[in-house]
Amino acid sequence: MNNTLGQRRIPMPTRYLINLVLVVVSLAVLHYISAAGIISSYYSKILMLVGINIILAVSLNVATGYLGQLPLGHAGFMAVGGYAAGIFLKAMPMPNLNRLPEGTNELAAHLQYNAYLALALVLAGVVAAIFGVIIGVPALRLKGDYLAIITLGFGEIIRVILLNIDDVLGFEFTYGASGLKRIPKAATVTNVFVCVVITCAIIHLVLKSRHGRAVLSIRENEIAAESCGVNTTYYKVMAFTLSAFFAGVAGALYATYVGILQPSTFGFMKSIEILVIVVLGGMGSMLGSVLSATVLTALPQMLLAFDKWRMVLYSLVLIIVMIFKPSGLLGTYDFSLSRVLEKLLNRFGGKKKEVAK
Amino acid sequence: MLKVENINVYYGNIHAIRDVSFEVSRGEIVSLIGANGAGKSTILKTISGLLRTKTGTITFLDKDIHALAPHHIVERGLAHVPEGRRIFLQMTVQENLEMGAYTQKVGSLGEDLESVYQRFPRLKERRRQVAGTLSGGEQQMLAMGRALMSHPQLLMLDEPSMGLAPLLVEQIFDIIQELHQAGTTILLVEQNAQMALSIADRAYVLETGRIVMNGSAREMLEDDQVRKAYLGM
Repeated sequence: MNNTLGQRRIPMPTRYLINLVLVVVSLAVLHYISAAGIISSYYSKILMLVGINIILAVSLNVATGYLGQLPLGHAGFMAVGGYAAGIFLKAMPMPNLNRLPEGTNELAAHLQYNAYLALALVLAGVVAAIFGVIIGVPALRLKGDYLAIITLGFGEIIRVILLNIDDVLGFEFTYGASGLKRIPKAATVTNVFVCVVITCAIIHLVLKSRHGRAVLSIRENEIAAESCGVNTTYYKVMAFTLSAFFAGVAGALYATYVGILQPSTFGFMKSIEILVIVVLGGMGSMLGSVLSATVLTALPQMLLAFDKWRMVLYSLVLIIVMIFKPSGLLGTYDFSLSRVLEKLLNRFGGKKKEVAK
Repeated sequence: MLKVENINVYYGNIHAIRDVSFEVSRGEIVSLIGANGAGKSTILKTISGLLRTKTGTITFLDKDIHALAPHHIVERGLAHVPEGRRIFLQMTVQENLEMGAYTQKVGSLGEDLESVYQRFPRLKERRRQVAGTLSGGEQQMLAMGRALMSHPQLLMLDEPSMGLAPLLVEQIFDIIQELHQAGTTILLVEQNAQMALSIADRAYVLETGRIVMNGSAREMLEDDQVRKAYLGM
């Protein structure tokens, strides 16, 4: 296929196919090395945390980078999703995979286990999305600082409710400050990886669509977007809800990763932490969020050797990046494998056969 | 085609538009002229739904539109080129134009782009360029081109001459006349009364939120009062 400039382009289905193959290969490799014990459980724990933070950062980036708002309540959505998944999973008859009763079908047990997990993740996303709509409709009438404050308030309300709801209503529901314990630890490196891929793919596809264009146009110029006929209220709430949905999924993964949820985990600082990841990576860049989530999650662990100095170093990295690259590491640049392949093809593939007719 | 009846618009407590009525018939160029702060832009924003009226009605193609959301008004064929151009600075020229076709459901995007590029050859040369790097005149052309992508029956232009060099102003007004000849009805808001009256069929003069005079543009150009107050002669 040739475009107007006479350059070769990789057609759409092939692009998706290339990406799909790469994803499946990485999944297989990841599954192999974690099953064969090549990476220790310590490192696989870090990997899971990296994955969870990637989902959080990429989802927050929808609201900050692409919609151009500044919500500070991301941890609130994460908490909602985490508790929803935790309560759901505790109520379900999860098979104990390590001690299956004699004579049970192992495959069926695994399937059942993972089906519950998948259900819990979707449930967490949906519950968080519902909260996203409830908060988004009033909050998105405001802009900038005001939106930041109202979402910050929301995050704190969620935390305080989780802390006190049992006392007030007399239920045993969230177990207050002592935390929701014994959540099945269902998260593994592979299923976190799958969630990361699905999150990135869905967000990417939405943003590339007509709806994504509408969201971007709001960031660029709201009045112009309106005069082009974009329903700005609808798209603001949509982007915000999408962001909340995946924050909920990340919360659910977190719940099944640590196995215990305490309201204090989801404080204001958690929201700030996620925002730092997004800003450092570059608002409006998915690859930026992924890289910076990886670095900022792994860095404190890598610096353990420096003991007292590690938080100082961590903070220094943030300060230095912001001084020298205020738009974040990657700005709004986004990586496209097909684009790189096309460039290579156009440069070196002059005489080779056409990629497609 | 467009009929505005006794609208009153407030910014908070400030009564910005007082009992304004006017109409635009199919095929006309109608101009609203007046000094800074007279309420010209406010009227256009109210028509396109960005602001709400307190009382009064706005009828477009026999339908009352004063309570509709802005995107529904665009869908009905009323395009607004806002003041100060308001293009998407970080998108390319072509992406800006594609945004203009946002409400179009039929797949005529390619033809529409081609016809806009035909009218504005400069935009074609720069279609892959980021819109923020265009000159003021080119940005105005882009804003107009983007509005044309929605196949408007009525095009509302807010101060198309603002901040442009005199030569470019003439170019823009030539284009407005061409669009008019091609069958688009135009409602033009201008501070540059001389230019506006020279191409308009009829005009309304606004002063502090009220219409104080209306009539044919030619007569107004010759009217002593208008010449003194708005044309500086």
